[in-house]
Parts: sequence; structure tokens; C-alpha cells
Amino acid sequence: MSAAPAGVASMPTEGEDVPRVISARPSPADLIFRLILRGAGITVLLITGSILVFLIIQGLPALRAEGLRFFTTSTLLYGSHQFGVAALLPDSVAIAVIALIIAVPLGLAAALYISEYAPPGLRRPLIAVIDLLAAIPSIVFALWGFLYLMPRILGTDAWLSQHLGFIPFLHVKLPNTPQSYVGSTFVAGIVVAMMVIPIIVSLSRQAFSQAPQGEREAAYALGATRWGMVRTVVLPFGRAGIIGSGMLGLGRALGETVAVSFILVPNTSFNPRVLESGGNSITDEIATHIFDFGSTGISYLFATGLVLFAMTLVINSLAAIVISRSRSGAATAD
Amino acid sequence: MALTSTAPADSPITLRTGSGESAATTGGAAIGALCLTWLLYEQVLPFSGALGFWVSWYVVFLLFYAALALLQWDRLEAVNRVTSVAFATGGALAMAIVIATASYALLRGWGAVKNLSFLTSTMQLAGPLSPLKDGGVLHAMVGSLEQLAIATFISLPLGITAALFLAEIGGRLARPVRTIVEAMTALPDLIAGMFVYSLFILSLGFSQTGIMAAIAISVNMIPIIARASEVVIRLVPGTLREASYALGGSQWRTVWSIILPTCRAGLVTAVVLAMARGIGETAPVLFTAGFTKDLNLNPLSGPQTNLPLYIWNYVHIEGAVTADVIRGFGAAFVLVILVLVLFTTARILGGSAPGELSKRQQRRLAKEARRT
Repeated sequence: MSAAPAGVASMPTEGEDVPRVISARPSPADLIFRLILRGAGITVLLITGSILVFLIIQGLPALRAEGLRFFTTSTLLYGSHQFGVAALLPDSVAIAVIALIIAVPLGLAAALYISEYAPPGLRRPLIAVIDLLAAIPSIVFALWGFLYLMPRILGTDAWLSQHLGFIPFLHVKLPNTPQSYVGSTFVAGIVVAMMVIPIIVSLSRQAFSQAPQGEREAAYALGATRWGMVRTVVLPFGRAGIIGSGMLGLGRALGETVAVSFILVPNTSFNPRVLESGGNSITDEIATHIFDFGSTGISYLFATGLVLFAMTLVINSLAAIVISRSRSGAATAD
Repeated sequence: MALTSTAPADSPITLRTGSGESAATTGGAAIGALCLTWLLYEQVLPFSGALGFWVSWYVVFLLFYAALALLQWDRLEAVNRVTSVAFATGGALAMAIVIATASYALLRGWGAVKNLSFLTSTMQLAGPLSPLKDGGVLHAMVGSLEQLAIATFISLPLGITAALFLAEIGGRLARPVRTIVEAMTALPDLIAGMFVYSLFILSLGFSQTGIMAAIAISVNMIPIIARASEVVIRLVPGTLREASYALGGSQWRTVWSIILPTCRAGLVTAVVLAMARGIGETAPVLFTAGFTKDLNLNPLSGPQTNLPLYIWNYVHIEGAVTADVIRGFGAAFVLVILVLVLFTTARILGGSAPGELSKRQQRRLAKEARRT
């Protein structure tokens, strides 16, 4: 008698769908395996962390000597309270912005063509071409930009400055000779754009190709032309991918060294007139002058490099987060 | 009856996208635009420069094409046609950039490489004014290949284990690691060189050697390998994993005997593509490799020049002398060929999807099956 009520009382709890707790104790081999894998993941974080630490170690003397002035001074005299990133950063940003103005429309057009318009037989070769574009060494772009493109673009520069010179940053103060247009931030921006294009194409193409098939067909079924389908389905679905790829492209453009260094004619301060000869960039200053001014120069340039690293790391991480958000819906489908 | 009758069931309906009239419209607009641009640009207006000419041509072409499309089709269809032509230009331009830059380096470099002694001698006895037949690129080729080998040796295990961590273990740590890996793929190349210079050379007192350059290159290669490998590992079907676990396989057994062999082709492609990127890195080696004119076979001591550094030095720093510039292009020729070889290898190896067997593997399996 006493057992039955107890059994009845316990019935409801046993009858409920309580998931069974599954516990599996990994074998020692698995534990070691997981430890190694986790170690590799941590190593990647450690490398990034130690890049930050060692840039700070070398840059600290300069940062301590200059304080906040380091971020506002716009001249480049080493070690006399006359050096600051404000002389370098605006030109770097100008180059990156010019590069993005060219690379984003071109890259998006190429990505849309590859994912939506290209005949299936052409798609794989085109993707290979974009991968190859990413693999071509930047020094080859530098040679091309410096010795092939620059002499041929001076006429266009001159025309732009004469006819659109009323726009402040397209104005050129120097006399109108070809020499006044050599080594401008504009030309550097064009060459950097070519190196940014593969990043934008490959990331936005992935985003476009994830637009759901059902909604594409729905758009067609409602009578949309292909452009109508792209505008109403593919582009809205790819928006986060487009933004992310543009930001990652910005990070890449800010950090490009060799091509910028080949093309720019050095200048002593910021020059807002992008068509005019002369410009600076953070990367060019570091690459050309790091050994020129002894330990003072090294310290100042590592502090400059720290600014570049911090900026690009923040931009790229934000881009990575934006891109991974855009992917999260499709991740399970893989 | 007429309504229900259908086309023969077996022949699929072919949707024709291209037609004679659309090709004629494109061609007509292109030729018309060429004539008008030539007339205005070269004859009437005082312009010059090839770049400006082609930009103007393209703008006039799009206008002509839009006008022709509006004459034939309604507004929606015309907009559709114009946008598809504009997007196709993006694809064509990307291809044009690859061809232009690579062929420019190859054409200009041929002048130096056609003396075969260029590939077999160093710059030891050649000064800036010595003729092209003296001096060569041997020491830089050796440096590039040795540094690439060491960099691959460092970054391959680390990159693939990091990718396995992201794909197979995951968890709370995986998210920051994935974000950082993705951010590092677009990090300035220069920073890797500064990091190695600061850590190994300034703090630990090493001198500029080949292995320092290799470490700097591997800092750039690790995220590339990790990111590409993770994508490949995720393509392995989950059913294979479950089958292995169901047969009692442990996790490392599953990874080692099932997952890695299944995506071997893709992993090799990821690594070879990263090698193609690594061999062309210039900025990381500026501070770390040192510069020398001699052949240095030992990456552990003494400066060791590589191809990008050779070009940087002879074109950018000493670029006033013509022979030096041509030598720089010769080095670029060798570099582009190496990149193309690596890239083609990656494409050939990566042709098959995960788990798909090549002809040879299929034959071998069939043979083994017959024997038992």
C-alpha cells in the first residue's frame, strides 16, 4: 500500500519529457588533441596581442615625449616636438578614400556579374582571375603604377584640374606642367584600388550568392527583369556583406606600402589637393625612413605604426563582425 | 485540346538569353561610340592621353547603348540591358587589370631574362653602371625560395590547427579567434615586419637574416591559411563525422582519418594560395631580411635578399640607372612566373570537391576491390 502512492506520486515527474543528461568523458588522446587545437587558436590571439605589445614597447619613448601632441602635430621633424601623425594620416586616408571610390563600384559590378550574370562556364575562370588578382605581388602593381600608369595619366590629371579645379581638392596650385602632377595621392589611390578590388569582389560575391533561391524565383515569377530581381532580392540580402567588404578594403588600403611608396613624391606636410605632386603616407614614411634617424626615428615611427595598427585592427574587426552577422543565417546550411 | 497539348516531354525548354539583335546593339553602340569619341577627343577638343580616351569612350558607349535599347524595348527592359552591360564591364576590367600588370612585368622583364646568365649569377661583381650581361638574380631567387619554405613550415601546421579549432571545437573562444583571423588577413603587411624587427632584432638581439624574413612572412600567411582552411573543413559533410562517431571513433581519430583526408585537395589549395601571396610580400622583409649582393645559402646567419627586396632596392632606391631598372623587371619576371606556377598548381589540385576522387584514385580503388 505504501509503495503504490509513492509510485503514483512519482509518476508525473517520470512521465515529463526531461532530456537525459548525456555526458561523455573524452579519452586522454582526445583531451590532448583538443588542447593542441585550443592552443593554436590561442596562439593566433597571442600573435596579434604581442604585435600590439611590441609596437607599444618601441613607440613608448616617442609617445611619452610628445604626449597628445603626437596626434595633432602636422610636421615631420624627428625628435624636436615637431613630429606627429597628423602630418601623415590625412594623406593616408585620402589615398584610401580615392581607392575605395574606384574599387567599390568596380568590385561590386564584377561581383554581381560573376554571381548573377556570367554564364556558368565563365564563372569559375572569373573567380580564378579574382584569386589571381589577390595573389599578384604588390611590388608588381608598384612597378606598373610607377613606370606604366603614371606617365600616361598625367594628361588626364591636367584636364581634371583645369576643368574641375573649382572643386577645392581637385585644384592644383603649381604651374600647369606635367611635373606638377607626378607622384600625387590620386595616382597612388588608383593603384591601391587595384589591390583592394579582389577583397571587395570575393567577399561581396559570397554575400550575393547567399541570397535565397526561393525569393529570386519569386521575384522572377512576379515579372521582374534580372535587374529588378538583383535590386529587390540580391542587393538587400548582400547589404551587410557589401558594407563589410568595403570596410575590409579600407583597412587594406590604409596599410598598402610598396605601391604607395613607389609612386608618392615625398612632401613635408598634408596636401589636400590630391592631383598635385607630393604626398605622405604612414606606410611610406615608415618604410623609407625607419633607419634614417637612429633610435629616435625608430621610436617615432613605431608610434606611428601603432596608430596604423590600432586603426586597421579596429576597422577590420568591425568588418569581420559585420560579415559574420550577415553569414550567420546561412552558416547552418553548409 | 490546343490548350492542354504540350511540347514533347523529353526536350528541355532552352531559354535563350543572347540573341542577334542584342549583339548587334552592343556592337553598334561600341563602334559608334569609338568613332564619336575619336572625332571629339582627338580632332575637335584639345585632349590627349590613352586613359582619358577610353574613359570617355566608355561613357559615350553606355549612352549610345541606352539610347539604342530605349528605341527597341520598353523602359524596364532597357534598364535591365544597360545594367547588365555595366556589370559585365566590371568583370572584364578585373580581368584586364590582371593581364595588364602581369604581362607588363613579363614583357619588360624579358629584356633582362633573355640573357640566361641573369638567372645564374649574383650582383656580387656588378655595379650600377655595369652592362646587363653582368649581374643577376640568383641570390634573390634562392633567398625567396628558402624564406618561403621556412615560412610555410611555420604557418602550415599553425594555420591548419587554428582552422580545425574554429571548425571542429568552436565554443566561446572561437568567436574572438575568428574575428581576429579575419581582421589579420587584411592587416598591413608592413606591421608584420615591424613586429619581427621589434621582437627579435631590437628586443632579443638577433640580426637581420633570412629566417627573420621568413617569420615575418609567416605572420602574414597564418591568417590566410587559417581562414581558407576553415571554409574548406566546413564543407566536409556532417554525416561523415557522425558515421565516424557512430563507429566509436574518437574526436582526433575522426579529424585525422576522416576530415583531413576528405578535404585534402582544398587544404592544399589554401596553403599553395597562401604561398603565392607569401612569396610576393615586400613590406614585411624590408626591415628583417637585410640586403646583400652575394649569394647567401644559410638563412640562419647574415643578410639574405629575396626577389621583392631586390626589386625594391634596384628600382625604388637606385632607380636612376636604366640597367638597374631592367634588372628589377627581370626579378619581377621571375617573381610573376613563380606566382603563376604556384597559382596554377593550386587550381589543378583544388579542382575536385571534398571527397570527390580523381580518375587515378578511382582506378586504384576499383583495382583493390577486384583483388578482394
